[in-house]
Amino acid sequence: MDIVQQLERQMMRLDVPRFIPGDTVKVHVKIKEGEKERIQAFQGVVISKKNGMSNATFTVRKVSYSIGVERVFLLHSPVIDKIEVVSRGRVRRSKIYYLRKLRGKSARIKERRF
Amino acid sequence: MIGKKLGMAGVFSSEGKYVPVTVIQTGPCVVTQIKSEVTDGYNALQLGFEEKRSSRTNKPLKGHFEKSGDKCFSYMREFSVEKPGEYSLGQTITAGLFKIGERVDIAGTVKGRGFSGVIKRHGFHGGRKTHGSKSHRIPGSVGCSAWPSKVIRGKKMPGQYGNTKTTVQNVEIVDIRPDENLVMLKGAVPGSRSGLVALYKR
Repeated sequence: MDIVQQLERQMMRLDVPRFIPGDTVKVHVKIKEGEKERIQAFQGVVISKKNGMSNATFTVRKVSYSIGVERVFLLHSPVIDKIEVVSRGRVRRSKIYYLRKLRGKSARIKERRF
Repeated sequence: MIGKKLGMAGVFSSEGKYVPVTVIQTGPCVVTQIKSEVTDGYNALQLGFEEKRSSRTNKPLKGHFEKSGDKCFSYMREFSVEKPGEYSLGQTITAGLFKIGERVDIAGTVKGRGFSGVIKRHGFHGGRKTHGSKSHRIPGSVGCSAWPSKVIRGKKMPGQYGNTKTTVQNVEIVDIRPDENLVMLKGAVPGSRSGLVALYKR
């Protein structure tokens, strides 16, 4: 299994910042439009993180024009230009799917202090 | 070429897509025998894979391996070639034979599942688990009545499942690492990890 693990490690990015579910992040995604490449930002709350080697993913949820939008990103994907941690949030569970049912004031997340 | 399945991994393609790959250690294989139309009636190469100690080899095999050099191998497989004259005894064949993007056929031994029932073996639905049902995983009726008064041939029934040689055709090569003798194929490949596989050029 060693060689397979090594290959997986090579695929992983080293510039990924540390963030946990509850944090608000800004994901800069590279988008190809024909020949041109531009960067689009997707800002929202991390509601889940799936660990793994190169196949680790995280889900970002945002409410855009009162419609909830969720996007699953591959953590080590080359499509991601960079990930910015906007703010830290304090939540009690690792998968905050309950956020989907909440809207408005109740969907706020307390800030995590150090 | 002979290879060994090492396991599965994921690779990001140049477009940023995540491609599941099977990592296979291919070779280096050594030509241990050349079979030609004149002497054997068909054209083929016998390749040896995975070196082993000569003290672990029995005398008849040792004699066979001496013709192609001083190395002994654990596994040997025959591969048909059109022009056996192009190869020489003792020649090493590496993963450099393949190109990225090329398609190959791969043959391996499927994981053996022993004597299996129809649900596992043929994907039958099975019966109800509760409500008085006594038919949970049994195959049910196997045919008609007075006519034809026999079970038709080829009816799917329980039996040995797996442990057969299977070839998957037209598998894409995603990446090659010639220094490490690795070939990465898109998708799954029959067999268990560390199982022996054979790669065929199309």
